[in-house]
Amino acid sequence: MDTLQLLISGLANGCVYGLIALGFVLIYKATEAVNFAQGDFMMLGAFVTIGLTNTDYMGLPFWMALPISIGIMALLGYLVDRFVIRRMFGESQTSVVILTIAMGFVIRFVAGVIWGHEPQSLENPLAGKEVSFGGLVLGMEDVAVIVVTILLTWFLYEFFNRTKLGLAMQGASQNQLAAYYMGVPVKRVQGFIWALAGGVACIAGILFAAKGAVDPNTGLLGIKAFAAAVIGGFGSLPGALAGGLIVGVIEPFASRYIAAGYSQIAPYALLLAVLIFRPHGLFSQVRVKKV
Amino acid sequence: MRIVFKTDYMQDLRPWKDGYQLSLYLILIAVAIAAPFVVDAFFLGELTNVLIWALAGLGLMVLTGHTGQASLGHAAFLAMGCYANIILIEAGVPFVLAFPLAGIITGVVGMLIAIPALRLHGIYLAIATMAMSILVDDIIVLTEPWTGGVGGKYAPSINVFGLMIDRWGTPVEFYFLTLGVTILVTLGYINLLRAPLGRSFIAVRDSEVSAQAMGVDVARTKAISFGVSCAITGLAGALMGLFAGAFNNETFSVVISIQLLMMIVIGGLGSIHGAFLGAIVVGFLPQFLSIAKEWVGAVIGGSNVAIPGLEFGIFGLILIVFILFEPMGIYGRWLKIRTWFELFPFYRKDMFKRQKSYLKTERLR
Repeated sequence: MDTLQLLISGLANGCVYGLIALGFVLIYKATEAVNFAQGDFMMLGAFVTIGLTNTDYMGLPFWMALPISIGIMALLGYLVDRFVIRRMFGESQTSVVILTIAMGFVIRFVAGVIWGHEPQSLENPLAGKEVSFGGLVLGMEDVAVIVVTILLTWFLYEFFNRTKLGLAMQGASQNQLAAYYMGVPVKRVQGFIWALAGGVACIAGILFAAKGAVDPNTGLLGIKAFAAAVIGGFGSLPGALAGGLIVGVIEPFASRYIAAGYSQIAPYALLLAVLIFRPHGLFSQVRVKKV
Repeated sequence: MRIVFKTDYMQDLRPWKDGYQLSLYLILIAVAIAAPFVVDAFFLGELTNVLIWALAGLGLMVLTGHTGQASLGHAAFLAMGCYANIILIEAGVPFVLAFPLAGIITGVVGMLIAIPALRLHGIYLAIATMAMSILVDDIIVLTEPWTGGVGGKYAPSINVFGLMIDRWGTPVEFYFLTLGVTILVTLGYINLLRAPLGRSFIAVRDSEVSAQAMGVDVARTKAISFGVSCAITGLAGALMGLFAGAFNNETFSVVISIQLLMMIVIGGLGSIHGAFLGAIVVGFLPQFLSIAKEWVGAVIGGSNVAIPGLEFGIFGLILIVFILFEPMGIYGRWLKIRTWFELFPFYRKDMFKRQKSYLKTERLR
């Protein structure tokens, strides 16, 4: 029963990692760029929602603040693409990586100035409620996290594989020039995907802030989500979720059963092992590069 | 307008283009040597700091600027060089031996790490090195008997041929030590770039496939590049440890790795000058900010408020501006200005324009 409890809390944490990783994968899948600031987007999303909902700030009702903050973050994602990333169109991945890392620094700084450096928690209607079945006690938030994550992953997966826009995105990522020839508005597609990633980051942030507390440095969690995305294979949406779950589950078990000091190494050691033995992740999409 | 006439083949082989360029660099070295007699102890410390960062930047420049492999984990090698140096000194090895040994050890370890890492491309390599950088913190704590763990270690004063050098006691001597190491490494770097090895680094950066077609062993070249890069970084780490005086597991965090990469991007990727220019920005930014804050505080009339994270926020902003508007960094901007003067009436706006390119995936399905 103890193990099961650990497993569930690990899964709930893993879902948050998975959601951030989803953001990475979305942007990677559609634009072949990696957004190192995704963790900071999540932090910002959480703070925007806190700013709208908490009684210290604007005090809007929770269910009203939810769509507004998701909208704000989606708009922000779009603006970032429109004014920053689009200028980097066609440039090497590495410069985009460095650019987004720098963006993360700026976002962290701005959030620190606006909301301060104290950890804050989101006031939400699910707080403190519990469900129990079969002797297993679960926080309502944990259940919400797991349900929302699974729904969102399923939705995005279907979106990419079935809709015209989703296919256009995949095309735009694989060969920008060829996508242009096929009539895909590559730049508009990119703007849309950044908006989508912003929205997903906001949802992840809301769930995270409801479960625990956020401060401007929470964005560094993105590094763990990054590990998750890599473990799952960067180009695969279900892979990202699986990677997130693996990292999330490993953490509590490692700290339980492995000596202190070694336990926090576990996710990164796994990441390195995956990178060495299966360099493109467990759910790999890569074939040999042809010239 | 100045035209360099080439009159013999050595002009293309020599590290400097002509007497004019050579004399400029000699003047720069003379200024650097004269500096301790002009500036005060505080500023000298800052200069030393800049030189150490520049040395670390040179290390990363070999790998990222000239071989095209982005590393977000070079703080790990800084730490390795630092600890190797101090541990050797504490074991009784004289500094003159321990210092190069620290570089060699770091270089060899870097090369060993490179062998699995070589299978990774671009972004995956960056992630792997970043994970390594995060792990180093924990590894230092776990190997406490050698590294002192969380408690850290203190750098002793070092003995260079009977001359005791200490960062606080004898800042001038420490400055000259750093300057000497930096000049030697820079000269070595310039020579490396003229040699077949350096050329193959650049070939691998520009196109792995073409490099291979031209007979460059890509895997070997990358491994050597990793080794050289880590060795230089290790030397910088050793000096950094001596400069800081005390250090523990948190001194060389992943943030340092990121800062190092950002530094060479701001300075200008793919040029030796870039490492130095970037180091100047990184070294003097905190001082500049504190002066600016005082000035703003005086103008507004408010008290001197501390804004946590300001330094990194500004740093990030500078970097974004550079990547968007001047991807070749400060050195690239300087090249343009210089070319404008050299070609005076004939400079055209599109001379440095880059070819428009479209991205293709590395995933083929």
